Amino acid sequence: MSKPSLSILNPSYETADYFDEMFTSSTDVRPHYRRLAERLGTLARDEFEQRRGAVDLAFLRRGVTFTVYSDSQGTERIFPFDLVPRVIPNAEWSRIEAGLVQRITALNLFLDDVYHGQKVLKDKLVPPALILGAKHFRREFMNCKVPRGIYVHICGTDLIRDARGNYLVLEDNLRCPSGASYMVENRSAMRRAFPNLFQSYGVRPVETYADDLLKALLHLAPARSDKPSVVLLTPGVFNSAYFEHSFLARQMGIPIVEGRDLVVRDDRVFMRTTAGLVRVDVIYRRIDDDFLDPSVFRPDSMLGVPGLVNAYRSGHVALANSIGTGVADDKVIYAYVPQLIKYYLDQEPILANVNTYLASEPLQRKYILENIEKLVVKSANEAGGYGMLIGPASTKAECEAFRAQVAANPRNFIAQDPINLSRSPTWCDGHLEGRHIDLRPYILYGEKITVTPGGLTRVALRKGSLVVNSSQGGGSKDTWVLQGDE
Amino acid sequence: MPTPANAPLLRPQATVMLSRVAHSLYWMSRYIERAENLSRLLDVNLQLLLDFQGFTDTTIKEHWGSILLSSGDEELFAKHYDIADSHNVTEYFAFDLRNPNSIRGCVNAARENARMIRDQISAEMWETINELYLYLHDRSSEEIWATGAGEFFNNVKRAAHLFQGLTTSTYSRSEGWEFIEFGKYLERADKTTRILDVKYHILLPSATDVGGAVDTAQWQAVLRSASALEAYRRFYVREILPWKVGEFLIFSDSFPRSLHFCVAQVDEFLRRILGETGARPRTAAGRASRRLLADLQSLAITDVLDQGLHEFLMDIQATLDTIGDEVVQTTMFYPAESSIEEQQQQQQQQ
Repeated sequence: MSKPSLSILNPSYETADYFDEMFTSSTDVRPHYRRLAERLGTLARDEFEQRRGAVDLAFLRRGVTFTVYSDSQGTERIFPFDLVPRVIPNAEWSRIEAGLVQRITALNLFLDDVYHGQKVLKDKLVPPALILGAKHFRREFMNCKVPRGIYVHICGTDLIRDARGNYLVLEDNLRCPSGASYMVENRSAMRRAFPNLFQSYGVRPVETYADDLLKALLHLAPARSDKPSVVLLTPGVFNSAYFEHSFLARQMGIPIVEGRDLVVRDDRVFMRTTAGLVRVDVIYRRIDDDFLDPSVFRPDSMLGVPGLVNAYRSGHVALANSIGTGVADDKVIYAYVPQLIKYYLDQEPILANVNTYLASEPLQRKYILENIEKLVVKSANEAGGYGMLIGPASTKAECEAFRAQVAANPRNFIAQDPINLSRSPTWCDGHLEGRHIDLRPYILYGEKITVTPGGLTRVALRKGSLVVNSSQGGGSKDTWVLQGDE
Repeated sequence: MPTPANAPLLRPQATVMLSRVAHSLYWMSRYIERAENLSRLLDVNLQLLLDFQGFTDTTIKEHWGSILLSSGDEELFAKHYDIADSHNVTEYFAFDLRNPNSIRGCVNAARENARMIRDQISAEMWETINELYLYLHDRSSEEIWATGAGEFFNNVKRAAHLFQGLTTSTYSRSEGWEFIEFGKYLERADKTTRILDVKYHILLPSATDVGGAVDTAQWQAVLRSASALEAYRRFYVREILPWKVGEFLIFSDSFPRSLHFCVAQVDEFLRRILGETGARPRTAAGRASRRLLADLQSLAITDVLDQGLHEFLMDIQATLDTIGDEVVQTTMFYPAESSIEEQQQQQQQQ
């Protein structure tokens, strides 16, 4: 390197005891990062800062933001973005892809079973109480036929890597997974910041996501016309993910609608247009089950459409995702997924789970209560990094409080061995430091199952933090899946 | 590869427009036009007062008072400010969010509407509106006064022009376009009536001043407030005469800010929106707009002066209001909304 002293590469970079995505020691780079390291090595600090500033400004101007609720001004922030991408070689990705396809296939069979014959309960693989008592189990949907037999059309599965670099599934998001828009926007930001790097690297495109999503949605349309009408149902402009909703609608060229734009007549859904009512065939909904239809679920919902559930049940409109899918991404059910894969597919799981203890099982509960300081405890139905205890990083009092909660309501908790998430070099206050990351790839289930090569790599920007959620100081990185392995 | 038979699936519903979207396009367009007009009006009048050292505090108050009167905002202003001096009135019209129609208020509203329909407008349109919003958001009014209000008004005007130009060159000529244009010209017509009305409210100058420097400067300011000074000169090639100014801003069939021109556009887009194809419009809004257009095509400035300029302009404002309200009601029916706060809360819980 010609000017190592000015380069942003940090000769005292520490990989510590973690699996570092890029470095094997402070100077040795993994083969698939080699060309990136060469490029970064030629960049001086202020050059890098300049590109970073330009990218942030572009995000702000383009309105790639999320709304911060705590602020009465309705402040919009950009999702912090780190310019050092995460690179995944092709062979590694092929395994991830196969694992995700296997997993969504099994989960879909599981949902179909839960809402029809419940064979899996009769065979005593999963205790019936866990399903029938699950918060997101919708008994209203028993024996309801869903279009094409698909329950989960859009899935975001969170993966992490342990200290040896093994990919593990942390959780499945089978309801309304978000973040795909940032995957696409991050790529376009990187293309502007490092235009030449892409050509030589052979990075697989993520821009196919919207097309694949549209295809998956069209696949659901009732055979009524050759031009089915597809809409995206949003809670509204005050929702933190509104940018994503409008982004995806724009990319697919479909209207974005609010509940008040839709009306149900005679079990058919229509939207109110300037030319009168127009029939809707497929709804990509970004509203939770609870709010979807005030006449069936929460009666106080002002975001939903009265009559929508009946229209869905009678087959005149398709919903993506289907109703009641949350029963399969419950953190307790998560523990059973490897067994479900064997049960439905007769295959060994390609991607392993994080070792998980169920508080609902007496022996495992005993282990959790006795070892809570060493475990990560999660409540079954919380997301966004809330309702969670990281034992090793918590005070005695915090551990005590969780111990009491687990004992009082075992069904609602699981515990996992803490995983030292892998780290990736991240720009922190003017130099590169290792920060923990995860990966959320997006899986689309239409005529076939597609996994967009890449996903959203989230990074915990706070030093030492393992929480990557944007609501808690997380940022993101572009994720490069390579055509080859270097 | 998709077979040709599948190809149409990829453009499912290009021609359908949600009522809510039409509504937002209409208001987005109106608010941008409003912000632009306000910037011009304030800019011109601030400059005018600078040009005349002879103005006393009283005349300055009268001057701004007339602008407040013509805007119909004098009550709201009086609630928040004591004196109508240059600083206060500019503050009120430009920066004060307690005035929903201040420049800042208009830009916020335009941007919020644009954000709701971000999927419907072009990236260029959105970025222009968003940049204008960020520009206003990042600056306190003290900073703007310190660097010179003129530059500020210029920036707002240019952003608005850029937005309208980009709309022309990047937005499809669809039903949405009709709502955008309808809103723009309706707003512009309204603002032109108010610009003309300002002069009515300025106390008549004493006999010696008629046709004097101050009077001429004021009529010039009226023209400049409508970006019409050069167009007027080219058209008449003569000095600035009050009734000619009136004639030009009311009746010109070629100047894009004259009432005649704007109302012709309003009538045209209203006809398309409401599907008025017959010689005799079916809707009340259609008939009102046709009647107004007929007046502007057939009356002469003497008819207006006989009736009284102020009364004439008031009538037009009322008619424009009726037309706007009725189009909104005909095309954009929604049941009464429940509480906004509750809705916001639920949207955020998702």
